[in-house]
Amino acid sequence: MNPSDASVEFSLNRVAAMVRRYWFLLRSSWPRILDLIYWPAVQMLMWGFLQLYVSQNSGFFAQAGGVFIGAVLLWDILFRGQLGFSICFLEEMYTRNLGNLMMSPLRPVELIAALMIMSVVRLLIGMIPVSLLAIAFFGFNLWSLGLALAAFFLNLILTSWAIGIFVAGLLLRNGLGAESMAWTIMFLFLPLTCVYYPVGVLPHWLQYVAWCLPPTYVFEGMRALLIQHVFRADLMLEALAFNVVLFAVAALAFMKLLASAREQGSLLQGGD
Amino acid sequence: MDVSVTPAVAVDALVKRYKGVTAVDGISFRLDTGSITGLLGGNGAGKTTTIAMIMSLVTPSSGTVTVLGANMPKERYQVLHRMNFESPYVDMPMRLTVRQNLTVFAQLYGVRDIAGRIASLAAELDLTEFLDRPAGKLSAGQKTRVSLAKALLNRPEVLLLDEPTASLDPDTADWVRAHLERYRREHNATILLASHNMTEVERLCSRVIIMKKGRIEDDDTPLRLLARYGRATLEDVFLDVVRGRGQHEAAR
Repeated sequence: MNPSDASVEFSLNRVAAMVRRYWFLLRSSWPRILDLIYWPAVQMLMWGFLQLYVSQNSGFFAQAGGVFIGAVLLWDILFRGQLGFSICFLEEMYTRNLGNLMMSPLRPVELIAALMIMSVVRLLIGMIPVSLLAIAFFGFNLWSLGLALAAFFLNLILTSWAIGIFVAGLLLRNGLGAESMAWTIMFLFLPLTCVYYPVGVLPHWLQYVAWCLPPTYVFEGMRALLIQHVFRADLMLEALAFNVVLFAVAALAFMKLLASAREQGSLLQGGD
Repeated sequence: MDVSVTPAVAVDALVKRYKGVTAVDGISFRLDTGSITGLLGGNGAGKTTTIAMIMSLVTPSSGTVTVLGANMPKERYQVLHRMNFESPYVDMPMRLTVRQNLTVFAQLYGVRDIAGRIASLAAELDLTEFLDRPAGKLSAGQKTRVSLAKALLNRPEVLLLDEPTASLDPDTADWVRAHLERYRREHNATILLASHNMTEVERLCSRVIIMKKGRIEDDDTPLRLLARYGRATLEDVFLDVVRGRGQHEAAR
């Protein structure tokens, strides 16, 4: 292959290089790996015991076994997926490596692909032990959801990537001054996507907003599965459609913010 | 295209403005293939912004940059794998070992026989004993050499260097300069060197561009500059330029 052609086209080799770089980083520090498991485990245990308590006092919750634990595990896919994406990107800023990358043949789309892969890797490192803990402590087997889990996961991870891409654009444009967005932006989704309660609880006007967010469909779908034992494929398809739109908007915003960063010289500075 | 007459780098009427501040103000120059050119100027003269525009890290407000025949930044992916740079403004991930860092960059630049290339560069730049040490645990001088190794990984045809010997002791700095000169000779590489070290510029550069407030104040060979300003060293020439003493006044 002509090396010139290889650099112009999308390159899996360069994506692999970036995944390798993040993997080197992750395995260089056991506290980083522990951190991937620690907080999801604490969350799951807290909500699991709360569910246990209310189910002993309420007929409804006794029937809706696993709704809280399921919600917290699915929320973690959404939250940790975005966080894993954004933290890997932040590493480049903390280490002042962004200039090296942006002046290399690495294309933005390849960087994003590597970040998406690493968000899944980090997510699995956290989620697998925590889901096993949920079985051990509460008899809730996330994996028994089978195809439904795959549909939930796909939709949640797509949303997390879209938000991660948008945050990466903000970081490129505004430097570490936008760092707090990486840690907190997803919490806006917590009340709006109705993680722990049905959409019907929201004020009528806010329900329109909720139904524009793909994770809302996933959490409604989860409740339908766990309470009514019905898999709502229609909800998953609607979530997918909204995810396609969200992903396209995020990718467009990223490219605009990157272009603006090149205009403003932000890539040289990296700081505030 | 006749490569013998096409400059490796061509900068034409290049301007960069940041919110009303003009960092680079309509500069033009050509870098011949196989040359080493020094880019001098005080702090804020526009050197780093110029290099960043050549590397397409910063988009020009107007003007054009052509590198190895590619129009930057539009066609940057056609040539970025044939260029490289070293700058104190960027770092390498501290937790990764030198070998891991160089492996990742070698893969990004599509280097073949990565292990062999790293071993060869480590031997050339006296880094072999540090290869498995985290980059963050190196001394400033060792870090500079690692950055240089990264910059040479892909055997670049165009090499942009920002203060390449900063933080190096005189012996190592001299050794790095000899290495750069040898690299240019063996690979016919074009090197643009931003530096505040006038000894370095005099030794390495066949041409010197002096910038001030975003403009090119002078552009010539070191010998002609010395003669024109009537000075014995480039440092004196540099001081004359940045302090606004003209050629004739300086000569008097």
